[in-house]
Amino acid sequence: MLALASALTTTAGGYLLVLAIILPVIGILLSLVIGGRHAERIALALMPVGFGIALAIAIEIWRTGKPLVYILGGWTPPLGIALRADGFSAVMLVTAALVVPAAGYFARANFQTPQGQFEARAPLAFWTLLQALWAALNIVFLGGDLFNLYVALELLTFAAVPLVCLDGRPETLIAALRYLLFALFGSVFYLLGVALLYGTYGTLDIVLLSARVRAEPAVYVAAGLMTAGLLAKTALFPLHLWLPPAHANAPAPASAVLSALVVKGSFFLIVRLWFDVLPALTIEAATSILATLGAAAILFGSILALRQERLKLLIAYSTVAQIGYLFLMFPLATGGHPWSADAWNGGVLQVLSHAFAKAAMFLAAGLVAESLGHDRISDLRGLGRAMPMTVFAFGLGGLSLMGLPPSGGFAAKWLLVKASVESGQWLWAVVMLAGGLLAGGYVYRVLAPALANGSTPLETRKSTSRSREAIALALAFVAVLLGLAPAGFFTFLQIGRSAAMAGLQ
Amino acid sequence: MTVLQALDIGLAALVLAVAGWTIVAREAFAAVVGYVAYGLLLSLVWVRLFAVDVALTEAAIGSGVTGVLLISAAARLRKTEAPATDERLGAPLRLLAGTVCAVVAAALAAVVLLMPDPGSTLAPEAAQHLAETGLGNPITAVLISYRAFDTMLEKVVLILAVIGVWSLAPDRYWGGAPGPQRVARHEGALAFLAQLLAPLGIVVGVHIFWVGADEPGGAFQGGAILAAMWMIVMMARLVEAPSISALWLRLTLVAGPVVFLAIGVLGFAVASGFLTYPTGFAKPLILFIEAFMTLSIAATLPMLVMGPPSRPPRP
Amino acid sequence: MSTAILAGLTGAALIGLGLYGLITHPHPLRKILAFNLLGSGVFLIFGIIARKGAAAGFAADPVPQAMVITGIVVAFSATALAVALLLRLVQETGRTTLRPDAPAKPPDAGADA
Repeated sequence: MLALASALTTTAGGYLLVLAIILPVIGILLSLVIGGRHAERIALALMPVGFGIALAIAIEIWRTGKPLVYILGGWTPPLGIALRADGFSAVMLVTAALVVPAAGYFARANFQTPQGQFEARAPLAFWTLLQALWAALNIVFLGGDLFNLYVALELLTFAAVPLVCLDGRPETLIAALRYLLFALFGSVFYLLGVALLYGTYGTLDIVLLSARVRAEPAVYVAAGLMTAGLLAKTALFPLHLWLPPAHANAPAPASAVLSALVVKGSFFLIVRLWFDVLPALTIEAATSILATLGAAAILFGSILALRQERLKLLIAYSTVAQIGYLFLMFPLATGGHPWSADAWNGGVLQVLSHAFAKAAMFLAAGLVAESLGHDRISDLRGLGRAMPMTVFAFGLGGLSLMGLPPSGGFAAKWLLVKASVESGQWLWAVVMLAGGLLAGGYVYRVLAPALANGSTPLETRKSTSRSREAIALALAFVAVLLGLAPAGFFTFLQIGRSAAMAGLQ
Repeated sequence: MTVLQALDIGLAALVLAVAGWTIVAREAFAAVVGYVAYGLLLSLVWVRLFAVDVALTEAAIGSGVTGVLLISAAARLRKTEAPATDERLGAPLRLLAGTVCAVVAAALAAVVLLMPDPGSTLAPEAAQHLAETGLGNPITAVLISYRAFDTMLEKVVLILAVIGVWSLAPDRYWGGAPGPQRVARHEGALAFLAQLLAPLGIVVGVHIFWVGADEPGGAFQGGAILAAMWMIVMMARLVEAPSISALWLRLTLVAGPVVFLAIGVLGFAVASGFLTYPTGFAKPLILFIEAFMTLSIAATLPMLVMGPPSRPPRP
Repeated sequence: MSTAILAGLTGAALIGLGLYGLITHPHPLRKILAFNLLGSGVFLIFGIIARKGAAAGFAADPVPQAMVITGIVVAFSATALAVALLLRLVQETGRTTLRPDAPAKPPDAGADA
């Protein structure tokens, strides 16, 4: 947490935060006006630039050891709006800046405008929606004002929902409408909480609120409403019903971004809310409820994943389970105890590893579906021979989901289990280990037939492009590399958190 | 009890009654008509809360444009209503849902009653800086100056909604025009109404946008009225719905956010940062931005109401 | 009872009503209608906060009013997207069920296209 004055003045390099947001917005506007096949070119051309900006923000924060701040319009909060980037924001920005371009380059083969046509529906929609998704995510990671974040959440929903039903099949339309209804419920409850907070404290700036919030009835109600709304968007059990059909039936690059990043956006806001706005309200009951729902998600999601017949549905239910791990962070990282820093680091690392691993797995599943014409798990015998790189990518991603070394997933679970044991909350450690076993189960379900020697060689409809397999593999490698993160990485994650909160004293 | 208090209580009771009707009505069409009436009553409540800008927006967009959208949808969905009742939740589940909703409403009512009076407010700060913006309407100042970033993002959200709606068309209709295919009847009553109303509506819309700098009004309200005029003229077939690939349509849709963004970026060079206005030039720049916003809103709202393209593009 | 308190209680009741409609009505159009009711209740809560924030010569705090205006526009675009999705769904399947495991059925001749 920043000293109030420094949180309300623009820092050097703060303009980078503005650039990170307006770059994809410019892309959307240009894509719509110039149209046609240029939409794809504009999107792909801006992606390296976006990555450069995200990296520059991270480097600047690392160099100064302090968060970046930008005051918009010259009006300081509470009247105006601020953008802020701390360690957590920076790693999320870089993750988005890696996963979105990966999905984009992967999707070139799926969403090309046909020759002879100036503009086609699916390509134009895909490239504009993808850039909108990126813009919305960046605002979520950088926004310092709660109402601004509401607008960002709506932008995120409007970008994600049409991606789900982009190919127009009836099951995708049903999934998209369900997703939209859940998401709208989430946004409106979030907005209601925002109204109550403004009514009580006269500001919506996160840093100012953190200084003013006290334990009052209005704040309890606001916290409950906002959390309920954000949980619906993050698909935590029991509000997870919309996620599996939506993520499984979307086009593969869209599924990758949806599971890896979109659900993490609302989770990021829950963390901001509980750790930055409301730390004065340390209610053990609330954090325990969140963790219990998370534990239920892990068990429920993993068991359902074991029973799926389709590969993409298995991966989608795995997302439901992995989201549960994220909520185990809450009872462990609050309260400024000696183990809180470990729990925080573990939780963030879990967010990042899952993002890369899940994106890799969905892209791999997409390649499998394109090659074989189906994604039935029972008919995957011999896949390892036909598409070795793809299966390897899937396997590496699975490694991280199971929490086996060396992988980011292992490092994350190690930290969380350590914190759970040190704090005496053994239950969470048991749940995590059980979840790891179950994850092993459903990954094995896919890899075992894939790696077995089929009696007849598998027929592939078309040969897979090496570059697309390489993209999936690269994402899986990043998930593994995260396991080797040095201590400096964890110091970076703590930049911007108050020392008391982090328990670093 | 004074007359005004009696009016307030009566208004509140009426609003709740119509809202209840909207939820329990058997037919969707009846519920939607109830919703339009509810919206107009709500505008009166906003006037009683001394929020005239909001009342205008609620009447124009919340009740008016939304009403058109929902009525045409209800008409098209009439045949799907009977089968849907098979999926009704059982009585125990409905009781559970009702209890949860009652608890939420009660908690909110308690919070409302416990709210301090006078409450926390940013009105003094808004008033203090109003002179710098050169505006007389503090709400316009909040929208286009103090919290300009919110408004700019909201314009992008509108564009996204249009893209989302358009993406729902079948592939073969991409590039066509939206809206139902109807035969033009230039002597008909609708055409007469449109020819009478449109010029008047355009003048009113532009006036409300212009006057919004100092009085209640602004880009959203003015734009909504212009949008309504365009919709009436299209429904009467005096003007053809445009092809979604038409360059002029695309340019009009993005004009608002583009101008907003461009002036915001210029702020880096000629003022002290993104979305800052150079001193002395604030009001003309704000009006300039609002003019293009009005244009974009007037184009966007009808596109959202008319839906995805419904016929193949004309060769 | 002042106007603001009355409006606030009305808003709370509308939120309860809207949420009930959103959860229980099977037909998606009624859910969308209930969502609009829910949204307008939330805006009323903003409204009473604005009225209670009357100061400095303003009859109501302008900041929440601006948020409501933004909110009304966003809610309308959400409704438009939801309605377009619903109409397309009915066009493709002839039914409005949102159950992902519902058996596929060809659109019958009676559905309005």
